[in-house]
Amino acid sequence: MSAAALALESVRVTFVSQDGTRYTAIHDTTLRVAPGEFVSVVGPTGCGKSTLLNVAVGLLQPSAGAVRVFGEPLSGLNRKAGYLFQTEALMPWRTALGNVTAGLEFRKIAKEEAKKRGEAWLQRVGLRGFGERYPHQLSGGMRKRVALAQTLILDPEIILMDEPFSALDIQTRHLMENQLLEIWSANRKSVVFITHDLEEAISLSDRVVVLSAGPEAHPIGEFTIDLPRPRDVAEVRLEPRFIELHTQIWHAMKAEVLKSYARQNQ
Amino acid sequence: MPARISRRLRWWQLGLFAAVLVVWHVATSPTLLPPIYFDNPDKAAFFFGEPLKVFERIWVWFSTGFIYRHLWVTLLETLMAFVVGTVLGLAMGLWLALSPTASALLDPYIKALNSMPRVILAPIFGVWFGLGMASKVALGVTLVFFIVFFNVYQGVREVSHTVLSNARILGASDRQLLRHVYVPSAMSWVFASLHNSVGLAFVGAVVGEYLGSAEGVGYVILQAEGTFDINSVFAGILVLTAFALVLDWVVTLAERRLLLWQPRGGETEKI
Repeated sequence: MSAAALALESVRVTFVSQDGTRYTAIHDTTLRVAPGEFVSVVGPTGCGKSTLLNVAVGLLQPSAGAVRVFGEPLSGLNRKAGYLFQTEALMPWRTALGNVTAGLEFRKIAKEEAKKRGEAWLQRVGLRGFGERYPHQLSGGMRKRVALAQTLILDPEIILMDEPFSALDIQTRHLMENQLLEIWSANRKSVVFITHDLEEAISLSDRVVVLSAGPEAHPIGEFTIDLPRPRDVAEVRLEPRFIELHTQIWHAMKAEVLKSYARQNQ
Repeated sequence: MPARISRRLRWWQLGLFAAVLVVWHVATSPTLLPPIYFDNPDKAAFFFGEPLKVFERIWVWFSTGFIYRHLWVTLLETLMAFVVGTVLGLAMGLWLALSPTASALLDPYIKALNSMPRVILAPIFGVWFGLGMASKVALGVTLVFFIVFFNVYQGVREVSHTVLSNARILGASDRQLLRHVYVPSAMSWVFASLHNSVGLAFVGAVVGEYLGSAEGVGYVILQAEGTFDINSVFAGILVLTAFALVLDWVVTLAERRLLLWQPRGGETEKI
């Protein structure tokens, strides 16, 4: 078996709060992502999906289990990964262009070169001519696109995305999803895409992993999405195979969603 | 605010100023009002000065060029106190905010120094640095330092966790984090307190001059007080006030340029 781009092996994450209470967010989770594969992780709210990504990128140490990146055990930050956050992560004191080229600057790439590549990426995400604007002068969708360019300009082998489009309106969201697919198809990297939106997961991915409700969340099902590519995220939803897959996965998820809902209403 | 209302407001503000001057003039003139409180008609003028004479004094100061040297000295002291205090506060604030051990160790001392009335240090600075500009700058620095220090400390602690993680994942080293995340974030807090710190640098300079010096506007006021020249004292106060307003206005201009990246209220340009 060739080494997976990213492998979480029997990972468990237990948080200990200051008064000694333990909370196991993730329990015995194994997730392997092949090079060039697009995997979505879906699950009810509060099931520890973000925790899983934080482990994968090296911001969190797992309590048990191991993380491997192309076969190598991970120590410290995952240098092969790019991370697209759910919340605002742009530096507000930098212009859009400054934000996009930040990673290049940290790697000491010459200013001229960085600027050229930054502008090319801004154009790629449809923000040509917006380079001099500051984040507060851009709309939410534009800020997300800047963040996307900021992550992808470094050409990471693994792209981790934590509900990146959840705050966007539905039209902008479809636009961004198509853009993401287009960029990803041109240069296939491994993607782990976290979402609570099943339709989004199916329309984007090669594989969908369903997590159980937290605490002690773990994968309860895995579905290969055999829809043909290239896909248009808005149109693919109307295909019979899509609806079939949706029904199947939703069936697996439903019990967990109800469980999580019941727990929140206790 | 619409321009018309704003202009009308300006007139009202000027009118209020004029009204205060008129009341001042009438109440202190030996001839216009019968003495109500004082037994001697000249006494009101002795205690409160006379606006016409005050403005005459200001006119003489500026037309003969007498005041420029003193203003220049006060300005220089203010600027130096501001720059030195800001740099020290920035360095200390960054250091303590990023080093929990140092912060825990020095915490009671910082609190003690901050609660001490620092104007009382002026005589000591006089002994240490002499009666020249250095002692005034030192006093201003002690005032500015704490404002900047606390703001930087707060600023560093409140850096968004996500922005920090993001920068680290993008490959920033610890030094790059300091330069590209902590300092810009702290600077926004420093700029937010710019009015305060420039104001206190000014207070430090004037109080220092007043307590012992050979030049500066504070010195001019001290001299006038020594000879019971109340009109010159008021003239000095008015000049200082106008000067402080100009300083504040310059700070506002600087702020606008430096904080371009921060959203301002009412800004609707969004595309």
